Amino acid sequence: MPERIKHAPLDIKKVKPPKAEIHLIKNQCKGCGYCIEFCPKKVLEESEEINARGVHPPKIVDEDKCILCSFCSVVCPDFAIFVLEKKQEETKK
Amino acid sequence: MVQEAVTHPFSKYLREEMMPHIWCAGCGNGIVLNCFVHALDELKADLDKLVVVSGIGCIGRTAGYTNTASFHTTHGRSIAFATGVKLANPELDVVIVSGDGDLFAIGGNHFIHAARRNIGIKVICANNFNYGMTGGQLGPTTPLEALTTTSPYGNSEHPFNLVHLAAAAGASYVARWTTLHVRRLTQSIKRLMQKEGFCFIEVISPCPEIFGRRNKMRSGLEMMEWFRKASVVENFSDPAKADITPDRIVVGEFVDIEKMSYEKLFHEKIAQINEKAMEKMS
Repeated sequence: MPERIKHAPLDIKKVKPPKAEIHLIKNQCKGCGYCIEFCPKKVLEESEEINARGVHPPKIVDEDKCILCSFCSVVCPDFAIFVLEKKQEETKK
Repeated sequence: MVQEAVTHPFSKYLREEMMPHIWCAGCGNGIVLNCFVHALDELKADLDKLVVVSGIGCIGRTAGYTNTASFHTTHGRSIAFATGVKLANPELDVVIVSGDGDLFAIGGNHFIHAARRNIGIKVICANNFNYGMTGGQLGPTTPLEALTTTSPYGNSEHPFNLVHLAAAAGASYVARWTTLHVRRLTQSIKRLMQKEGFCFIEVISPCPEIFGRRNKMRSGLEMMEWFRKASVVENFSDPAKADITPDRIVVGEFVDIEKMSYEKLFHEKIAQINEKAMEKMS
């Protein structure tokens, strides 16, 4: 493990890492699988359900692992997924 | 948490009544449109001063999907129409989003001469290596030995190197990306929108249904995997050596120069002529 991440950052109590809020518009998904394949943290996974277009849309495995890179929202050809930052009030609770 | 019935933040740039689009699952055209819309959002572009022109082909539908002034033109003549739009009103930003068959097969001569004149129109070309909409015929960008409906024993024609053509014809900005390089493509489209003169981006786009399934890449993911393995980022390298082969796709920015654009020179010339005429009259 590199030296710089051996110890926790000094301001870890003050600064909260941003939490992601993943929105899926399931009926627009065409099931190409790009968001599942190219997510760097493997947050998404193919689901069992069938949507209006007859394909399996992705489902969220672990939203806390998301680092808000938004690669899924840019690589989606069908405008079916986008990621927003959770509001700060919600994370304080 | 998952919330249903939410609208996409970029839906204001799209015509909602036209969505969802007609493109196949895994098609790269949606990614090109998505990157274009992302670039517009990051630039905070004035939609009243933006004209999207497109020709015929699958990606020609883009003009109908963007919520700007748009123009869906006849086959191969998108640059000719865009030249008219730009010369009539040089304040407009004119962006052409079209395919390789439209821009380089039937419209090849328009492209060469628009690049030579350095007229300030921006061209985004989605290259899917064949004529996708009409059933996958051999096109000018089909790689050697690729199988298509009209070359069932393998293609024996040498393909076009689009970035080399654009650079040689005198374009002031030339880049090539694949649909996997979405961030760099978005940055490149932002650069394209801010530059003066003729700008060209080639986007290598997966066509799994028509091209891929005849060439042992049945899904969009397999085509993207090919791009990931084969693509090499080499900024400002020699475009003449940037051929597309199954093992190597050179991507990056190739040309970025400053050059006086045609519409400025043209309108200056008109002003000079008018001044002379006024002197003669008085």
